[in-house]
Amino acid sequence: MRAFTYERAASVEAAAGAAASNPEAKFIAGGTNLLDLMKLEIETPSHLIDVNGLGLDRIEATPEGGLRIGALVRNTDLAAHETIRRDYGVLSRALVAGASGQLRNKATTAGNLMQRTRCPYFYDTNQPCNKRRPGSGCSALGGISRQLGVVGVSDACIATHPSDMAVAMRALDAAVETVKPDGTRRSIGMADFHRLPGDTPHIETELKSGEFITAVVLPPPIGGRHIYRKVRDRASYAFALVSIGAVIQPDGTGRISVGGVAHKPWRLDAADAELPKGAKAASAALLADARTTEQNKFKVDLVERTLGAVILEARG
Amino acid sequence: MPSTNQPEISRRDLLISSAATVAMTGAAPGVAAAQFADRSMHYTSTISLKVNGESRDLDIDNRTTLLDALREHLHLTGTKKGCDHGQCGACTVMVDGRRINSCLTLAVMHDGDEVTTIEGLGQPGNLHPMQAAFVKHDGFQCGYCTPGQICSSVAVLEEIRANIPSHVTGSLTEQATISQAEIRERMSGNICRCGAYSNIVEAIVEAAGARA
Amino acid sequence: MKFETPAKTNPIDNLKVVGQPIHRIDGELKTTGRAMYAYEWHDPNMRYAYGYPLGSAIAKGRIKSMDVAAVQKSPGVLSVVTTLSVGDLGKGKLNTAKLFGGDKIEHYHQAIAVVVAETFEQARAAASLIQVDYQEESAAFDLAAAKGSAVKPKDAGGAPPDSAVGDFDGAFKSAAVSFDGTYTTPDQSHAMMEPHASIAAWDDDELTVWTSSQMIDWWRSDLAATLGMEKEKIHLMSPFIGGGFGGKLFLRSDAVLAALAAKAAGRPVKVALPRPFIANNTTHRPATIQRIRIGAQRDGKITAIGHESWSGDLPGGGLETAAMQTRLLYAGENRMTAMRLAELNLPEGNAMRAPGEAPGLMALEIAIDEMAEKLGIDPIEFRIVNDTQVDPENPERPFSHRNLIGCLKLGAERFGWSERKQPGLRREGNWLVGLGVAAGFRNNLVMPSGARVRLAGDGVVTVETDMTDIGTGSYTIIAQTAAEMMGVTVEKVGVHLGDSRFPVSAGSGGQFGANSATSGVYAACIKLREAVAKKLGFNSNDVVFENGQVRSGNRSVALAEAAGSDGLVGEDTMEWGDLTDTHQQSTFSGHFVEVGVDAATGETRIRRMLAVCAAGRIINPITARSQVIGAMTMGAGLALSEELAVDTRHGFFVNHDLAGYEVPVHADIPHQDVIFMDETDPMSSPMKAKGIGELGLCGVSAAIANAIYNATGVRVRHYPITLDKVIGGLPEVA
Repeated sequence: MRAFTYERAASVEAAAGAAASNPEAKFIAGGTNLLDLMKLEIETPSHLIDVNGLGLDRIEATPEGGLRIGALVRNTDLAAHETIRRDYGVLSRALVAGASGQLRNKATTAGNLMQRTRCPYFYDTNQPCNKRRPGSGCSALGGISRQLGVVGVSDACIATHPSDMAVAMRALDAAVETVKPDGTRRSIGMADFHRLPGDTPHIETELKSGEFITAVVLPPPIGGRHIYRKVRDRASYAFALVSIGAVIQPDGTGRISVGGVAHKPWRLDAADAELPKGAKAASAALLADARTTEQNKFKVDLVERTLGAVILEARG
Repeated sequence: MPSTNQPEISRRDLLISSAATVAMTGAAPGVAAAQFADRSMHYTSTISLKVNGESRDLDIDNRTTLLDALREHLHLTGTKKGCDHGQCGACTVMVDGRRINSCLTLAVMHDGDEVTTIEGLGQPGNLHPMQAAFVKHDGFQCGYCTPGQICSSVAVLEEIRANIPSHVTGSLTEQATISQAEIRERMSGNICRCGAYSNIVEAIVEAAGARA
Repeated sequence: MKFETPAKTNPIDNLKVVGQPIHRIDGELKTTGRAMYAYEWHDPNMRYAYGYPLGSAIAKGRIKSMDVAAVQKSPGVLSVVTTLSVGDLGKGKLNTAKLFGGDKIEHYHQAIAVVVAETFEQARAAASLIQVDYQEESAAFDLAAAKGSAVKPKDAGGAPPDSAVGDFDGAFKSAAVSFDGTYTTPDQSHAMMEPHASIAAWDDDELTVWTSSQMIDWWRSDLAATLGMEKEKIHLMSPFIGGGFGGKLFLRSDAVLAALAAKAAGRPVKVALPRPFIANNTTHRPATIQRIRIGAQRDGKITAIGHESWSGDLPGGGLETAAMQTRLLYAGENRMTAMRLAELNLPEGNAMRAPGEAPGLMALEIAIDEMAEKLGIDPIEFRIVNDTQVDPENPERPFSHRNLIGCLKLGAERFGWSERKQPGLRREGNWLVGLGVAAGFRNNLVMPSGARVRLAGDGVVTVETDMTDIGTGSYTIIAQTAAEMMGVTVEKVGVHLGDSRFPVSAGSGGQFGANSATSGVYAACIKLREAVAKKLGFNSNDVVFENGQVRSGNRSVALAEAAGSDGLVGEDTMEWGDLTDTHQQSTFSGHFVEVGVDAATGETRIRRMLAVCAAGRIINPITARSQVIGAMTMGAGLALSEELAVDTRHGFFVNHDLAGYEVPVHADIPHQDVIFMDETDPMSSPMKAKGIGELGLCGVSAAIANAIYNATGVRVRHYPITLDKVIGGLPEVA
């Protein structure tokens, strides 16, 4: 870990300003992924801006009938929140399917969105990785890829986004609220927030330099059955091979968002439209452009089968 | 073949490297301070932790994790370093009443916080009921993950009482209950390679009953 | 003392303390965080510095140059020791790859430097500034590809690599029913919770090392050989070990780096291997490819059994002896085993819990299940039909005691084996449910083991031996042994372990520790009893030690009084005669498992587990049971998720941390049941006990595999049995 200086930001604006004045600065909140990566020198900030004291840890109703989740609401608190449990069950379920109790006590809403891939080659600084060292190549292609992406991948990168929470946020059409160093604020839909790798896998989100997440906003509840199904080798404390966040209405229509298959939570309007026809049709639409490796091609079947189980559960 | 085992050396590294003595004493290199004059520019910090009820002042490198502050600076070595990456749970402590992985948080971020470690739960001859239950049910073998398991299990019972849901909680809108399945799921962030899980769960069930 | 004839009645048979469910005497220390592990040794008068290692970025080749200029200028750095700067170091007798020294790279993450700084943070940051210029060489990393080039090695862990009895080929060809299957097991990692760690301090030319070692004397000898110094100048201590499973049997780089770093810095230095470094820097259990052929009569009697195994290792390394148990486990007149070794440039393969048997039974016990099905015979019945009470390769040589049949029958009854249905027929909601069984088998090894026992004027008995407690319960069972022998309660016994100043013991490995080390304590206690009797003028033949008293005829003296103010000492080493040659000594078990397999996703979750074990006298049913449930848990990992994933292009284990290498967590393991057969084995030792710590692992993974087959009808022969290998055969999701 490189040496760094440290400050506690006094306000959201000050935090964004501090970040803008130093391109090597990073925000730190829960720190559960950032410190992990700093120890390996995958992240090497020269300055840390501790944003924990900014009061962004509240969950409030919005005038539209939705919820505004402060960027620093801990995963545990978000999962346990009464309204989330009642009206946005898929989110609560996704959160408690992730990581461990200890990590959820620390990890924040914004940090969860910002966490980086768990591709093993990204984690080994001896190995080429376009995400870690742009232009160095992708070791996962032709290497160990069982955990990695099958759709939206590129020749430069087949990494997946590891979040469970983000999969549910995508199904709920959440939006990310930010403030830029110049004080301007904007809202980015979950559909656009994470990027596909393309030729620039090191650029993972739409955030600009110094831009700071203040909240995630959930639209008003849409009812339906909320299901989060995470498929993994061991029963807990593991990243998803495949996960499905679904909100399914009594008439069989609904939304499906898939984790463990792409560089972002994977949801397609075309697949949602096929949902009433069943798992086969919807998963065919979801994975129409799948590009698999020998090691991860099972994920195509797994998505279809898991979706089948989710639909059955929704009916039951 | 050239070295591939580290990112390229940036200008900043040279800056820090040449500032050896400065970094040692905690003051910032003048050039950097001028660059970011509006900000505290120290590589070390002075903090105060309340550990097991006792105030402890520390002068530490900003990089020091809470885990290393406890182990290397305060010599409270009951909290263990198993992986240093949040993958095993051996470093579990309670901060302001919540269990966390002390390896994935910086000590400097906990100025003024209350930390409870295994040493604060009970001592030989005066065991916490959970420690006693672990001894009785042989809920450990090599003992290395044990302090983390015990800190975690004390917190797990509180989390269930506080109605925090888990992956195996049946209904999200009903009160969570203490069951073996709940304990197993919630304890899954504490790995025991010796494989004492079956006994650990029995110890926790007994301690839960004793407190109920 | 030499154990040459079967044990007769002796003081251990009183079973006042031995055999009793006594809680660990180190339990309070471990549960309160007071047990001190290697990296935690803290002497306030010492100024410790921190060492951080750097590993090779290539798997094979040599280092052309290293540039440490930036490191030396880095804040807090005291010293940099590189593999080039130390020149050519020695190599431990028990190491295959060199741990440090010289320009040759034999495997990925081989230690190539250690940076010493005032703080851990400074050392870690500085280590990454080292620039290394490598000359990479081509190498072999893929066992399947190298299989054809595998050769017959000189030796298979002390035994011949091949064996043959009768006419295997002829009998197999002419068998009424035959089976031929090929299985694979992957590279596996010990993944003990405490990373390898050492603190080294020099005092002139004498070295003290506080480390995490299963085998004090092996480490001390190999550290001396590596550093080119006299063994007597090294003091090694390892009182608590945070797990080993074979990963801490042999000297590792942390001790070497700490010693060299401490020398260079002129300060005591602490070095722990970072977790992401351990999988490739240390040893692992090598992958195997195994072919098993069985021929039988229609009544189930095996007429031919053959087991071949291929594994790889670095040049100079050894086999994973996966075919060994097949020489002994089942009857059959015509038999063969053969093991072949390929040269691979992966990190060093070496012992991991139950080397040989663990992966061997992962294959053999599926094959037995497959053969039973082919024969239309219940798999338990098939095993019973083919039980043997003699070494099948050498029928003159009986087993000392063998009750595999008892284990299987009792287990079947307790587990509800009769409820097992045909494959794929039991469905409960989303779960396909199945039962599986496997036999467990592991040889009972013994090792010379010494101890010193002191009796003090306050009546306290203190045992000193360099035996280690890696979670096995050594502290407790040694206290029990001394208490039984000296007629006191365990509260009156102190146990000091893991220090090279104490008599050399068996150490912890090969499930020989408990039986061997307690036998060593037994021998030392015999000496102490003689000293007590002699001092009191008692006839040592009729002397009784009981309730803190020494009694002979109608005379009785308190032990404390007998000791006197100077105290008394007994020291001895248990050595072993040829009973292990004349009699095959082994341990046996029946493993029973119920699994649920998610009908949609193929995820396997274990619902019930039972092990019935026959392992001689159980010295402490609490700690023995813990050994078995722990092994069953490890077996669950080996069956379902554990695999060091090999990058066959670059030659390293890719998933080299605890997130990537998935060992079981709480949620994977149900309540586990263990039953011990009530037995003793007088051939094994005066304790009449045998090993248990590895038996629990042997067979359990195959029982899980067989249960998955029973649940789904999908037979997987390649571990780990992950869902991707199962879903293709699952029913359509409605």
